[in-house]
Amino acid sequence: MKKLLLLLFFAFTATGLLAQKQSVPVMNFESFQPLLHQQNDTVYVINFWATWCIPCVKELPDFEQLNTKYKNKKFKMRLVSLDFKSALQSRLMPFIEKNQLKAEVILLHAPDANAWIDLVDPSWSGAIPATVIYQGDKRIFREGSYTYEELESIVKPLIK
Amino acid sequence: MKQILSILSLVLFFSLGSFAQGYQVGDKAADFKLLNVDGKMVSMADYPDAKGFIVIFTCNHCPYSIAYEDRKIALAKKFAPLGYPVIAINPNDSTLVEADSYSNMQIRAKEKGFPYPYLLDADQSVFKRFGATRTPHVYLLNKEAGDLVVRYIGAIDNNYEDANAATEKYVESAVANLMAGKQPDPAFTKAIGCTIKVKK
Repeated sequence: MKKLLLLLFFAFTATGLLAQKQSVPVMNFESFQPLLHQQNDTVYVINFWATWCIPCVKELPDFEQLNTKYKNKKFKMRLVSLDFKSALQSRLMPFIEKNQLKAEVILLHAPDANAWIDLVDPSWSGAIPATVIYQGDKRIFREGSYTYEELESIVKPLIK
Repeated sequence: MKQILSILSLVLFFSLGSFAQGYQVGDKAADFKLLNVDGKMVSMADYPDAKGFIVIFTCNHCPYSIAYEDRKIALAKKFAPLGYPVIAINPNDSTLVEADSYSNMQIRAKEKGFPYPYLLDADQSVFKRFGATRTPHVYLLNKEAGDLVVRYIGAIDNNYEDANAATEKYVESAVANLMAGKQPDPAFTKAIGCTIKVKK
Protein backbone atom coordinates (compact mmCIF):
# COMPACT_ATOMS: atom_id res chain seq x y z
CA MET A 1 0.00 0.00 0.00
CA LYS A 2 2.78 2.34 0.95
CA LYS A 3 4.54 1.50 -2.28
CA LEU A 4 1.40 2.20 -4.27
CA LEU A 5 0.97 5.55 -2.58
CA LEU A 6 4.59 6.37 -3.27
CA LEU A 7 4.18 5.40 -6.90
CA LEU A 8 1.04 7.49 -7.19
CA PHE A 9 2.87 10.38 -5.56
CA PHE A 10 5.69 10.12 -8.11
CA ALA A 11 3.26 9.76 -10.95
CA PHE A 12 1.48 12.97 -9.94
CA THR A 13 4.72 14.87 -9.44
CA ALA A 14 5.95 13.75 -12.83
CA THR A 15 2.74 14.83 -14.57
CA GLY A 16 2.92 18.07 -12.61
CA LEU A 17 6.41 18.71 -13.92
CA LEU A 18 5.49 17.83 -17.46
CA ALA A 19 2.45 20.06 -17.37
CA GLN A 20 4.40 22.93 -15.85
CA LYS A 21 3.97 25.82 -18.22
CA GLN A 22 6.48 28.47 -18.99
CA SER A 23 5.20 31.79 -17.66
CA VAL A 24 5.58 34.66 -20.11
CA PRO A 25 6.24 38.11 -18.68
CA VAL A 26 4.70 41.03 -20.57
CA MET A 27 7.17 43.92 -20.73
CA ASN A 28 7.09 47.42 -22.12
CA PHE A 29 10.22 48.72 -23.83
CA GLU A 30 11.38 50.64 -20.77
CA SER A 31 11.49 47.51 -18.63
CA PHE A 32 12.91 45.42 -21.47
CA GLN A 33 15.72 47.76 -22.54
CA PRO A 34 18.20 46.87 -19.74
CA LEU A 35 18.15 43.27 -21.02
CA LEU A 36 19.91 44.53 -24.15
CA HIS A 37 22.82 45.93 -22.15
CA GLN A 38 23.79 43.56 -19.36
CA GLN A 39 27.45 44.13 -18.59
CA ASN A 40 28.91 40.81 -17.43
CA ASP A 41 30.65 37.77 -18.92
CA THR A 42 27.46 36.03 -20.13
CA VAL A 43 26.66 35.74 -23.85
CA TYR A 44 23.12 36.97 -24.53
CA VAL A 45 21.10 35.90 -27.56
CA ILE A 46 17.98 38.01 -28.02
CA ASN A 47 15.71 36.99 -30.85
CA PHE A 48 12.72 39.09 -31.93
CA TRP A 49 9.97 36.89 -33.35
CA ALA A 50 6.22 36.25 -33.42
CA THR A 51 4.05 33.16 -33.76
CA TRP A 52 2.64 34.41 -37.07
CA CYS A 53 6.06 35.18 -38.59
CA ILE A 54 6.88 32.29 -40.92
CA PRO A 55 10.68 32.69 -41.15
CA CYS A 56 10.82 33.26 -37.36
CA VAL A 57 8.98 30.04 -36.60
CA LYS A 58 11.20 28.23 -39.07
CA GLU A 59 14.42 29.22 -37.31
CA LEU A 60 13.14 28.63 -33.75
CA PRO A 61 14.27 24.97 -33.58
CA ASP A 62 17.83 26.15 -34.32
CA PHE A 63 17.63 28.64 -31.46
CA GLU A 64 16.24 25.94 -29.17
CA GLN A 65 19.05 23.60 -30.16
CA LEU A 66 21.62 26.31 -29.40
CA ASN A 67 19.97 27.00 -26.05
CA THR A 68 19.98 23.32 -25.12
CA LYS A 69 23.65 23.05 -25.93
CA TYR A 70 24.85 26.19 -24.14
CA LYS A 71 22.34 26.86 -21.35
CA ASN A 72 24.67 25.45 -18.69
CA LYS A 73 27.48 27.77 -19.80
CA LYS A 74 27.63 31.54 -19.37
CA PHE A 75 24.83 31.90 -21.89
CA LYS A 76 21.31 33.27 -21.82
CA MET A 77 18.72 33.17 -24.57
CA ARG A 78 15.60 35.32 -24.66
CA LEU A 79 12.92 34.86 -27.29
CA VAL A 80 11.18 38.22 -27.48
CA SER A 81 7.71 37.77 -28.93
CA LEU A 82 6.10 40.69 -30.74
CA ASP A 83 2.72 38.98 -30.81
CA PHE A 84 -0.19 41.22 -29.90
CA LYS A 85 -0.83 41.36 -26.16
CA SER A 86 -4.40 40.30 -26.84
CA ALA A 87 -3.04 37.05 -28.34
CA LEU A 88 -1.01 36.04 -25.26
CA GLN A 89 -3.44 33.39 -24.03
CA SER A 90 -5.11 32.52 -27.31
CA ARG A 91 -2.00 32.15 -29.46
CA LEU A 92 1.37 32.58 -27.77
CA MET A 93 0.89 30.24 -24.79
CA PRO A 94 -0.55 27.39 -26.89
CA PHE A 95 2.32 27.85 -29.38
CA ILE A 96 4.95 27.59 -26.63
CA GLU A 97 3.31 24.46 -25.30
CA LYS A 98 2.84 22.82 -28.67
CA ASN A 99 6.43 23.46 -29.72
CA GLN A 100 7.83 22.69 -26.26
CA LEU A 101 9.89 25.88 -26.18
CA LYS A 102 12.43 25.75 -23.37
CA ALA A 103 14.21 29.06 -23.91
CA GLU A 104 12.79 32.00 -21.99
CA VAL A 105 9.97 33.82 -23.79
CA ILE A 106 9.04 37.45 -23.18
CA LEU A 107 6.12 39.29 -24.74
CA LEU A 108 7.26 42.78 -25.65
CA HIS A 109 4.20 44.99 -25.66
CA ALA A 110 5.47 48.20 -27.24
CA PRO A 111 3.21 49.21 -30.14
CA ASP A 112 4.96 52.58 -30.64
CA ALA A 113 7.73 50.76 -32.50
CA ASN A 114 9.25 53.86 -34.10
CA ALA A 115 10.21 55.02 -30.61
CA TRP A 116 12.36 51.97 -29.84
CA ILE A 117 13.52 50.11 -33.01
CA ASP A 118 16.61 52.34 -33.31
CA LEU A 119 17.44 51.66 -29.66
CA VAL A 120 17.77 47.95 -30.44
CA ASP A 121 19.91 48.68 -33.49
CA PRO A 122 19.95 51.70 -35.83
CA SER A 123 20.26 49.43 -38.88
CA TRP A 124 17.02 47.55 -38.09
CA SER A 125 14.09 48.42 -40.39
CA GLY A 126 11.61 46.67 -38.08
CA ALA A 127 11.14 43.47 -40.09
CA ILE A 128 11.39 40.23 -38.14
CA PRO A 129 13.13 37.92 -37.42
CA ALA A 130 15.91 40.04 -35.98
CA THR A 131 18.55 38.96 -33.49
CA VAL A 132 21.00 40.66 -31.15
CA ILE A 133 23.92 38.58 -29.87
CA TYR A 134 26.16 40.31 -27.34
CA GLN A 135 28.70 39.77 -24.62
CA GLY A 136 29.91 42.89 -22.85
CA ASP A 137 30.69 45.38 -25.60
CA LYS A 138 30.87 42.82 -28.40
CA ARG A 139 27.64 43.05 -30.32
CA ILE A 140 26.25 41.46 -33.49
CA PHE A 141 22.88 42.42 -34.96
CA ARG A 142 21.10 40.81 -37.88
CA GLU A 143 17.75 41.51 -39.54
CA GLY A 144 16.84 38.17 -41.11
CA SER A 145 17.19 34.46 -40.39
CA TYR A 146 20.07 32.43 -38.99
CA THR A 147 21.03 28.82 -39.51
CA TYR A 148 22.21 26.76 -36.55
CA GLU A 149 25.77 26.73 -37.91
CA GLU A 150 25.82 30.52 -38.23
CA LEU A 151 24.51 30.96 -34.70
CA GLU A 152 27.02 28.60 -33.20
CA SER A 153 29.91 30.14 -35.13
CA ILE A 154 29.09 33.49 -33.50
CA VAL A 155 28.26 32.24 -30.02
CA LYS A 156 31.02 29.68 -29.50
CA PRO A 157 33.98 32.10 -29.62
CA LEU A 158 32.19 34.47 -27.23
CA ILE A 159 31.56 31.89 -24.50
CA LYS A 160 33.85 32.29 -21.50
CA MET B 1 43.05 55.49 -66.98
CA LYS B 2 43.41 54.37 -63.38
CA GLN B 3 41.47 57.44 -62.30
CA ILE B 4 38.67 56.70 -64.72
CA LEU B 5 38.51 53.15 -63.45
CA SER B 6 38.35 54.23 -59.84
CA ILE B 7 35.68 56.80 -60.65
CA LEU B 8 33.76 54.17 -62.56
CA SER B 9 34.00 51.72 -59.66
CA LEU B 10 32.86 54.45 -57.27
CA VAL B 11 29.88 55.23 -59.48
CA LEU B 12 29.08 51.54 -59.69
CA PHE B 13 29.45 51.17 -55.93
CA PHE B 14 27.08 54.03 -55.21
CA SER B 15 24.51 53.03 -57.79
CA LEU B 16 24.47 49.50 -56.39
CA GLY B 17 24.24 50.93 -52.90
CA SER B 18 21.26 53.09 -53.72
CA PHE B 19 19.61 50.20 -55.52
CA ALA B 20 19.91 48.03 -52.45
CA GLN B 21 18.48 50.71 -50.22
CA GLY B 22 15.64 51.85 -52.47
CA TYR B 23 14.07 55.27 -52.31
CA GLN B 24 14.96 57.84 -49.70
CA VAL B 25 12.80 60.83 -48.83
CA GLY B 26 13.36 63.38 -51.59
CA ASP B 27 13.96 60.81 -54.36
CA LYS B 28 11.85 60.71 -57.51
CA ALA B 29 9.72 57.57 -57.81
CA ALA B 30 9.26 55.78 -61.12
CA ASP B 31 5.81 54.65 -62.22
CA PHE B 32 4.80 50.96 -62.29
CA LYS B 33 2.25 48.91 -64.17
CA LEU B 34 0.81 46.07 -62.09
CA LEU B 35 -2.17 43.74 -62.19
CA ASN B 36 -5.12 44.80 -60.01
CA VAL B 37 -7.58 42.39 -58.37
CA ASP B 38 -10.17 43.40 -61.01
CA GLY B 39 -7.96 41.96 -63.77
CA LYS B 40 -6.86 45.36 -65.13
CA MET B 41 -3.40 46.84 -65.18
CA VAL B 42 -2.89 49.95 -63.01
CA SER B 43 -0.25 52.70 -63.24
CA MET B 44 0.05 55.98 -61.42
CA ALA B 45 -0.18 57.60 -64.86
CA ASP B 46 -3.84 56.46 -64.89
CA TYR B 47 -4.55 59.22 -62.33
CA PRO B 48 -3.76 62.47 -64.19
CA ASP B 49 -5.61 64.56 -61.59
CA ALA B 50 -3.88 63.09 -58.55
CA LYS B 51 -1.70 65.40 -56.47
CA GLY B 52 0.17 62.41 -55.15
CA PHE B 53 -0.23 58.83 -53.96
CA ILE B 54 -0.26 56.87 -50.73
CA VAL B 55 1.54 53.70 -51.88
CA ILE B 56 1.23 50.93 -49.29
CA PHE B 57 3.14 47.64 -49.55
CA THR B 58 0.84 45.21 -47.78
CA CYS B 59 -0.50 41.67 -48.03
CA ASN B 60 -3.18 39.25 -46.90
CA HIS B 61 -1.43 37.07 -44.32
CA CYS B 62 0.55 39.48 -42.16
CA PRO B 63 -1.19 40.28 -38.85
CA TYR B 64 0.19 43.83 -38.92
CA SER B 65 -1.25 44.36 -42.40
CA ILE B 66 -4.56 42.92 -41.21
CA ALA B 67 -4.53 45.10 -38.09
CA TYR B 68 -4.14 48.13 -40.36
CA GLU B 69 -6.74 47.11 -42.94
CA ASP B 70 -9.55 49.34 -41.67
CA ARG B 71 -7.11 52.21 -41.28
CA LYS B 72 -5.97 51.80 -44.91
CA ILE B 73 -9.61 51.90 -46.02
CA ALA B 74 -10.17 55.04 -43.93
CA LEU B 75 -7.11 56.71 -45.47
CA ALA B 76 -8.38 55.93 -48.98
CA LYS B 77 -11.85 57.26 -48.25
CA LYS B 78 -10.49 60.45 -46.72
CA PHE B 79 -7.66 61.29 -49.09
CA ALA B 80 -8.66 59.99 -52.54
CA PRO B 81 -11.24 62.80 -52.88
CA LEU B 82 -8.54 65.27 -51.81
CA GLY B 83 -6.19 64.11 -54.58
CA TYR B 84 -4.08 61.52 -52.72
CA PRO B 85 -5.46 58.05 -53.57
CA VAL B 86 -4.22 54.89 -51.85
CA ILE B 87 -2.56 52.23 -54.00
CA ALA B 88 -1.91 48.92 -52.21
CA ILE B 89 0.74 46.54 -53.55
CA ASN B 90 1.28 42.95 -52.44
CA PRO B 91 5.02 42.20 -52.83
CA ASN B 92 5.05 38.62 -51.53
CA ASP B 93 5.84 35.51 -53.55
CA SER B 94 2.73 33.34 -53.26
CA THR B 95 4.66 30.12 -53.74
CA LEU B 96 6.08 30.93 -50.28
CA VAL B 97 2.83 32.20 -48.75
CA GLU B 98 -0.29 30.76 -50.35
CA ALA B 99 -2.50 33.25 -48.48
CA ASP B 100 -0.94 36.02 -50.57
CA SER B 101 -1.80 34.51 -53.96
CA TYR B 102 -3.60 36.58 -56.59
CA SER B 103 -6.88 34.67 -56.13
CA ASN B 104 -6.68 35.13 -52.35
CA MET B 105 -6.03 38.83 -52.90
CA GLN B 106 -9.23 38.96 -54.98
CA ILE B 107 -11.19 37.22 -52.21
CA ARG B 108 -9.84 39.56 -49.52
CA ALA B 109 -10.52 42.68 -51.61
CA LYS B 110 -14.10 41.55 -52.11
CA GLU B 111 -14.69 40.63 -48.47
CA LYS B 112 -13.41 43.97 -47.20
CA GLY B 113 -14.62 46.07 -50.14
CA PHE B 114 -11.23 47.75 -50.61
CA PRO B 115 -11.93 51.22 -52.04
CA TYR B 116 -8.44 51.22 -53.61
CA PRO B 117 -6.57 49.11 -56.15
CA TYR B 118 -4.80 46.09 -54.68
CA LEU B 119 -1.97 45.22 -57.04
CA LEU B 120 0.31 42.21 -57.34
CA ASP B 121 4.05 42.86 -57.67
CA ALA B 122 4.36 39.62 -59.60
CA ASP B 123 8.07 39.80 -60.46
CA GLN B 124 8.89 41.53 -57.13
CA SER B 125 10.69 44.35 -58.93
CA VAL B 126 8.57 47.24 -57.67
CA PHE B 127 9.04 46.68 -53.93
CA LYS B 128 12.79 46.29 -54.53
CA ARG B 129 12.92 49.57 -56.45
CA PHE B 130 11.07 51.33 -53.65
CA GLY B 131 13.18 49.60 -51.00
CA ALA B 132 10.25 48.27 -48.96
CA THR B 133 11.38 45.76 -46.34
CA ARG B 134 8.17 44.80 -44.58
CA THR B 135 4.39 44.89 -44.68
CA PRO B 136 2.78 47.29 -44.13
CA HIS B 137 5.27 49.88 -45.44
CA VAL B 138 4.03 53.26 -46.71
CA TYR B 139 5.59 55.53 -49.36
CA LEU B 140 3.85 58.88 -49.69
CA LEU B 141 4.49 60.43 -53.11
CA ASN B 142 3.85 64.05 -54.03
CA LYS B 143 3.51 65.33 -57.59
CA GLU B 144 5.98 68.19 -58.04
CA ALA B 145 6.63 69.72 -61.48
CA GLY B 146 5.56 66.51 -63.17
CA ASP B 147 7.71 64.27 -60.95
CA LEU B 148 6.52 61.96 -58.18
CA VAL B 149 8.70 62.80 -55.21
CA VAL B 150 8.90 60.57 -52.13
CA ARG B 151 7.94 62.75 -49.16
CA TYR B 152 7.29 60.26 -46.37
CA ILE B 153 8.37 56.66 -45.72
CA GLY B 154 7.23 54.51 -42.83
CA ALA B 155 4.32 53.51 -40.66
CA ILE B 156 0.66 54.57 -40.85
CA ASP B 157 0.55 55.58 -37.18
CA ASN B 158 2.29 54.81 -33.90
CA ASN B 159 0.14 51.99 -32.54
CA TYR B 160 -0.17 48.84 -34.64
CA GLU B 161 -2.30 47.07 -32.09
CA ASP B 162 -4.97 49.65 -31.35
CA ALA B 163 -5.96 52.41 -33.78
CA ASN B 164 -7.72 54.32 -31.01
CA ALA B 165 -4.57 54.39 -28.90
CA ALA B 166 -2.44 55.88 -31.69
CA THR B 167 -1.23 59.33 -30.69
CA GLU B 168 0.67 60.06 -33.95
CA LYS B 169 -1.11 59.56 -37.25
CA TYR B 170 1.99 59.82 -39.42
CA VAL B 171 0.43 59.39 -42.88
CA GLU B 172 -2.58 61.61 -42.19
CA SER B 173 -0.47 64.45 -40.91
CA ALA B 174 2.09 63.96 -43.69
CA VAL B 175 -0.62 64.37 -46.37
CA ALA B 176 -2.10 67.32 -44.49
CA ASN B 177 1.33 68.96 -44.46
CA LEU B 178 1.79 68.40 -48.21
CA MET B 179 -1.62 69.91 -48.90
CA ALA B 180 -0.59 72.93 -46.82
CA GLY B 181 2.63 73.25 -48.82
CA LYS B 182 4.80 72.00 -45.93
CA GLN B 183 7.11 69.02 -45.60
CA PRO B 184 5.98 66.02 -43.51
CA ASP B 185 7.48 65.87 -40.04
CA PRO B 186 8.55 63.20 -39.31
CA ALA B 187 9.34 62.25 -42.91
CA PHE B 188 10.60 58.79 -41.92
CA THR B 189 9.45 56.31 -39.29
CA LYS B 190 10.13 52.66 -38.53
CA ALA B 191 7.68 49.94 -37.63
CA ILE B 192 7.57 46.26 -36.78
CA GLY B 193 6.27 44.28 -39.72
CA CYS B 194 6.40 41.02 -41.63
CA THR B 195 9.41 40.48 -43.85
CA ILE B 196 8.63 40.49 -47.56
CA LYS B 197 8.72 36.92 -48.79
CA VAL B 198 11.21 36.62 -51.64
CA LYS B 199 11.84 33.50 -53.66
CA LYS B 200 15.46 32.45 -53.25
